[in-house]
Amino acid sequence: MKFTVDRAVLLKALAHVQSVVERRNTIPILANVLIEATQQGVLRLIATDMEIAVQEEVPGVTVARAGRTTAPAATLYEITRNLPDGARVELDHPGGDAPLALRAGRFATSLTVLPVEDFPSMTEGRLPTSFALKAGVLRDLIDRTKFAISTEETRYYLNGIYMHATTVDGAPVLRAVATDGHRLARVEEPLPEGASGMPGVIIPRKTVNELRKLAEETQEDIALSLSDTKIKFAIGTVTLVSKLIDGTFPEYDRVIPRGNDKVLSVDKKAFSDAVKRVAAISSERSRPVKLSVDRNLLVLSAASPEQGQAQEELDGDVVEYTATPLEIGFQARYLSDITDQIGEKVVFYFADGSAPTIVKDAAKDEALYVLMPMRV
Amino acid sequence: MGALCRDCFWTGAAGATGAACATGATAAGPCPVCAGRRVVRHAEVLTLALAHVDCDAFYASVEKRDRPELLTRPVIVGGGTRGVVAACCYIARTRGVRSAMPMWKALAACPDAEVIRPDIGKYVREGRRIRELMESLTPMVQPLSIDEAVLDLRGTEALHGAPPAAVLARFARRVEQEVGVTVSVGLAANRLMAKLAAERDKPRGFSVIGAAEAAGWLAPQPVGLLPGIGPAMEKRLVGAGFATLGQLAALDAREAARRFGDEGPALAARARGEDARSVDPARGTKSVSAETTFDADMTDLEALERPLWRMCEKLARRLREKGLCAGGVVLKLKTAAFASRTRTVRLPGATLLPEVIFAAAQGLLRREADGTAFRLIGVGAQPLLPADRADQADLADPGAPRRVAKWRAVEALRARFGDDAIGAGRGFPPKR
Repeated sequence: MKFTVDRAVLLKALAHVQSVVERRNTIPILANVLIEATQQGVLRLIATDMEIAVQEEVPGVTVARAGRTTAPAATLYEITRNLPDGARVELDHPGGDAPLALRAGRFATSLTVLPVEDFPSMTEGRLPTSFALKAGVLRDLIDRTKFAISTEETRYYLNGIYMHATTVDGAPVLRAVATDGHRLARVEEPLPEGASGMPGVIIPRKTVNELRKLAEETQEDIALSLSDTKIKFAIGTVTLVSKLIDGTFPEYDRVIPRGNDKVLSVDKKAFSDAVKRVAAISSERSRPVKLSVDRNLLVLSAASPEQGQAQEELDGDVVEYTATPLEIGFQARYLSDITDQIGEKVVFYFADGSAPTIVKDAAKDEALYVLMPMRV
Repeated sequence: MGALCRDCFWTGAAGATGAACATGATAAGPCPVCAGRRVVRHAEVLTLALAHVDCDAFYASVEKRDRPELLTRPVIVGGGTRGVVAACCYIARTRGVRSAMPMWKALAACPDAEVIRPDIGKYVREGRRIRELMESLTPMVQPLSIDEAVLDLRGTEALHGAPPAAVLARFARRVEQEVGVTVSVGLAANRLMAKLAAERDKPRGFSVIGAAEAAGWLAPQPVGLLPGIGPAMEKRLVGAGFATLGQLAALDAREAARRFGDEGPALAARARGEDARSVDPARGTKSVSAETTFDADMTDLEALERPLWRMCEKLARRLREKGLCAGGVVLKLKTAAFASRTRTVRLPGATLLPEVIFAAAQGLLRREADGTAFRLIGVGAQPLLPADRADQADLADPGAPRRVAKWRAVEALRARFGDDAIGAGRGFPPKR
C-alpha cells in the first residue's frame, strides 16, 4: 500500500475515527486504525472498540499501490497533528510485517503494524428501519437528554438515550429519553418518514458522545438505520455503527407527574446565574440549593457547615408566581444542566416540596425535564 | 513504679509506701491496704488512659449466670450440629474448643459440653447495660462489638478523683456485681496496644503495656499476633522471612512499601506498636448482617434463594432496629470446603426493603451458584446509612412506590397478627 494525501485531509479523517479507540486496551489490535487505499483512489479508515465502529472514506487520494494495514491510531493522529500545515503526507507499507513508513517533507517515521486479519470487523446485520434526521434535530435530541444519562453500572439499561416512536395527542413523534433516577429528560421531534415501525432502542453513552462530535460539523441530513441490536449513522463520509444496550428502559411515563399545578416562571439568565453564585458556597456538589417561592418572589439559598451560607432574591421583575408559598431543594448541578438547555424563560411545575418537579422551556413544548427534590 | 489494687482500688507509688518500703517488698507482694493479691504494678499504670474492654466468653458467661448449675461444666453457645461455636466458656476452651469452630468439631473435642442455642436478644440487652456503665465513665466510648469497646479516659481524672486505671478497676467490679459477667481490661497508650493488652490477660484480667515498652514487648511476638494479620497474611509474611513483629518493625517506610505495597508502611508502624486511631463514639456499627448455616449443604440456586430471602428479611429488621439502612449489599457464602466467598454490590439508592436487598443479593448469588456446594449463606449491609435516606423516590424505578406500600402493609399485618401472619412465597419450601 502506498498513497499520498494532504495533511489536513488525513488529520480530519483520523480525528473522526481515532476517538473511538480506548486509551487503555487489553487487546492490542483495538489500539490500531485500519488503513485501506483502493485502486479507485479512496482512502478508508476504520477504528473500533468492538461496541462501536467508525469508518471514514476519503475520495481523491493519490494511490500508487492499493493495499491495507493497521497502525497505532493515537500515534498516527499525534504525528499528523504536529505536521506543518499544507504538508503532503505519504504512507507506504510494503506488506506483511514490515513497518508502515510515513513521510512528510523532511520528516520520516516508521510505525509498527499489526495484521489486518486480526482487526475485528463489525457486521451490522440487517437494519430494517431507515430514516433521516436533520443534523440540527439530532444535535438537539442529544444535547437536551445527554446530561441525564446514568453512569451507574448496575442499572446498565440507563447508560444511554432511549429512542422510540410514539404518539402525542394522535401525532406521531420520535422521542428521546434519559434518566439517572434523580432527573429525567424527555425530548420529542415529529416522527420522520420511515421511522414509524422502529423498535425502541437504547443508544449507549459513548456512541452518543461520538455521534454528537460527528454531528457538529454538518448541516446535512443524517441517515439512521437500525435493528433492535444495532444502529448505523451515516454522516457525510463517516459511518458509525454501534451496538445497542440490550435491556429494557423503565416505563418512564409513570414517573412523570401529572397535575403539578404550582407554576413558577423565572428569567433563565437571572435564575441560572443566581444558582451558580449561591451554590459556590459549598464545595460539596451534592448539597442542595433551596428555592423558597412566594408571590412573585424567589429566594435561592445554600448553606455549608464549613463555609457559611449564601442567598439571593429574585423579585417580580423576573419572577412570576401566584400559588401557595413553597420551599424545595435541588442539587445545583442538576438545575444548571437543565437551564443550560433552556432559552429565555424557565417554567417550574411544583406539586409540593418533596414531590418530583417538572421543568420546561416556556417557548418550547417539545422538551420536558423532571427533577427529584432533595431534602433541605 | 505505680501500683493499683484491683480489690480496694488503692493507688500509690509502689516502693514509696511505708509498709511496703519497710519490708522491702517493692515490686511484689499484697496490697498494703487490704492485703489483696490483685495488685497491678507498672511504671505507667497511673498515667495511661486508653483502655480496651472485652467481656470474657460473653455469651457463655451470660448463660452461666442464668443457670448457675452450669458453672463447673463446659458450656458452648452455638447452633445445631451444622452451626459454629458462637462462644465457649473457659472450661470448654481447656478441651480445645474455640470460637467460630464448627459445632461437630467442638463436640468431638468436648462431648460432654452443654450446648445452648444463642439468645441474641438477651446478649444485646446485657451488652447494652455494660455499655451504659462505660458511658457513665466517659462519653468517649467506641463500641467494637456487642461485648467489646475502647474507652478514652483522658481528662477524666479530676472528674472521677482517681486515675483511669482505678476507674477501670472499679468499673470491672461493677460489671461483675451488677451484670454478673467478668471483663478483661487492657490499658495502653493507643488502641492497638490496649487491644493486645486486653488479650494478654484473660479472663478477668487487667493488663498494662506502657508506651515505653510497647515496641520491645512486640518484637519477639509472632506476626500473627497483630490484629489484621490473618492466617493467609501470616503465611505470606513468614514466607518472606518475617516471623516476628520485630523483623517487621525494623523495615523503614520505603522498604515496607516496596515489599508489601501501599499498606506496607502502616504494617511496619503497627509492628512497632504505633497506632494513631482515635476513639470515635459515632463510629459504632460498621456492618449489619444476618447469616445461617444449613443442616445439609446446598447447591441449587433455587434452594439457596429460600434461606437468602429469610436472611434478607432478618437483615432489614436489624437495620430498622438500629435506625440504619443499606447503601449496598454484601453476599457471604461458605462452601462445603469452608472457603469463604464475599461479593458486594452498591445499590442505586439506599433501602430498608427486604425485596430490594434480596434482588441485589440474588444477582450476586446467581454468579456464585455454579454447582458449588455451600454450607452457609449470609447477607449484610454496606455501607450503612441513616434510615431516613432509605427508599427515596427514583425516577428510573416506577415500581418503587408500590413496593414500599406493599412492604408497609406487610409490616402492619405482622404488627397486628404476628410475624408468621404473612410472608413471601419464596421463603417457604416447595410443595412436594
